[in-house]
Amino acid sequence: MNSTRAWVAARAPAWQALATRLSRRPRRSGSSIPEALDTVEDYRGLARDLATAQRLIPATRATLALEALYAQLHALIRRPPTGGAAARLDLFRNRIPRIFAALLPRLGWILALFVLSTAAGWWLVHAYPDLVSLFASQRMIDQVDAGKLWTDDILNITPSSLMSIRIFSNNIAVSIFAVGAGCLFGLGTFYLIATNGLMLGSVFAFVQQHGLGDRLFEFIVAHGPVELSVICIAGAIGAELGDALIRPAAASRRESFQRCAQHLAPLLLLCALLLVGAGCIEGFVSPGDTFPMVSHVVIGVCYWLLMVAALTGRLFGRRPRPARAAA
Amino acid sequence: MNSSNEGPAEQFTVQGMTGVDLTLDIAGPGSRSYAFIIDWHIRLLLALAWIGMSLFLATGGWHLGEPREQAATWAIFLPAAVIYFFYHPVLELLMRGQSPGKRMAGVRVATREGGQPGTGAILIRNVFRLVDSLPSLYAIGLLCTLFSRQRVRIGDMAAGTVLLSNERFATRSLDRLAGTGSAGGIDPNLLDLIDQLLERWPKLDPTRRLELAHSLLLSADPAPPRPPAELNEKEAHARLVALAQPT
Repeated sequence: MNSTRAWVAARAPAWQALATRLSRRPRRSGSSIPEALDTVEDYRGLARDLATAQRLIPATRATLALEALYAQLHALIRRPPTGGAAARLDLFRNRIPRIFAALLPRLGWILALFVLSTAAGWWLVHAYPDLVSLFASQRMIDQVDAGKLWTDDILNITPSSLMSIRIFSNNIAVSIFAVGAGCLFGLGTFYLIATNGLMLGSVFAFVQQHGLGDRLFEFIVAHGPVELSVICIAGAIGAELGDALIRPAAASRRESFQRCAQHLAPLLLLCALLLVGAGCIEGFVSPGDTFPMVSHVVIGVCYWLLMVAALTGRLFGRRPRPARAAA
Repeated sequence: MNSSNEGPAEQFTVQGMTGVDLTLDIAGPGSRSYAFIIDWHIRLLLALAWIGMSLFLATGGWHLGEPREQAATWAIFLPAAVIYFFYHPVLELLMRGQSPGKRMAGVRVATREGGQPGTGAILIRNVFRLVDSLPSLYAIGLLCTLFSRQRVRIGDMAAGTVLLSNERFATRSLDRLAGTGSAGGIDPNLLDLIDQLLERWPKLDPTRRLELAHSLLLSADPAPPRPPAELNEKEAHARLVALAQPT
């Protein structure tokens, strides 16, 4: 027992000093090379001490304290590197375009589902007008019956800036739902995309019957292309997550889901940024008569092209791959 | 990484890079909820404080003003929305997997390898809060933490993270060891017992705690001023404190 006591007495000041050093480390990452090497050496030394303590004084608070210290050093050493501005540029220039390109076939299927459900919604209300009550609120129906769009008065009630915040928050939430609903083996995503399509088609058919189709188109055309495209991309991400659960590519479904989510997360980040822009357009440009119809169309087309450029990396300087010369 | 085979695990073991394994305590739904409730109050109060203060400064009262005052509305509501929605991801990144609520609850976010989570993992676990919070009051997230093996919610599953309990006595125990070591040394096992007795002192029966103190002092005190059996309760306590905290 004397040797144990002597060993603890000899090592304890070093452990205390290490604990103090760790607690005083700066919050921000960015250790110098000597600091990093010292940390690795501390980790090795502490591992030796911990192994000895587990043998000599197991289940004591001192051993628990050493384990906690060891866990702190382990976490510090396993901290992922931060790449700075170059890594961020690489993310937008190369990684996101690669993820998007791989997602294109699934995006095609989601787009087809959205278009089909939009057409189904349009046909349902066109053929059976009473069914619009399934897709629109009574207040909205009353307003259209009175010859007004529900978007006509929104600027009198809410300032554009506040409305923009509300709109892009809501759209980001819808997109995240479309992604998150993928954890129900993709079915939640399909339901969400199909419901959105049905609502869009039915509302368009309803306003068309009241001669307000052009005005709704004018309202939608500036922000709609990007907003709907992003929701479809979110749907494709959700479907990919569902596929990762149905056909796991890793040892377990959980691991497969995790890998897939981590792989696709940067694309979702770009989608959220695009929705902030779409929300601003919807708050400032789409309502009211400040901008003529042609401006709405130009803004809508330009913003959609900007989205395509961002998704393909061209916006961030990615060069198209040269065609492979024939052998 | 290993954990128990059936039912939710309270601990899991991570293979260290030196051959010494690391056993980490998993935080349960109680600690998780406690941390969340503290954080929720902080971010709500901060956002409301910002709205109240900026509204007062912008309008000189408690009304929104004319709809044309776009800049003022942006300045009032956008920072409040940023505070409310980005509170968790930003603080978890800055505070190495913790937030004020998590720190108070003694928990931290870690990867399944025991490391600090990166930016991507933190963002993913927070994006999935929207799903975990469905249909209300974090019902899905809470159910997942009750029934999943490592007590994780869907956001944690997607990000590959777990919530771990911190060892609260760590630094204090090391300080005591260092102090007693330099003073000549007490058997670490005895020191551990003294530590536990002092912690439980107010809750123990006076006669029983005096008996325990006498017994421990008899074994641990290298230079007693008087025979331990003659010490009264107050003196025995003071002697134990002196042994456990010599500096």
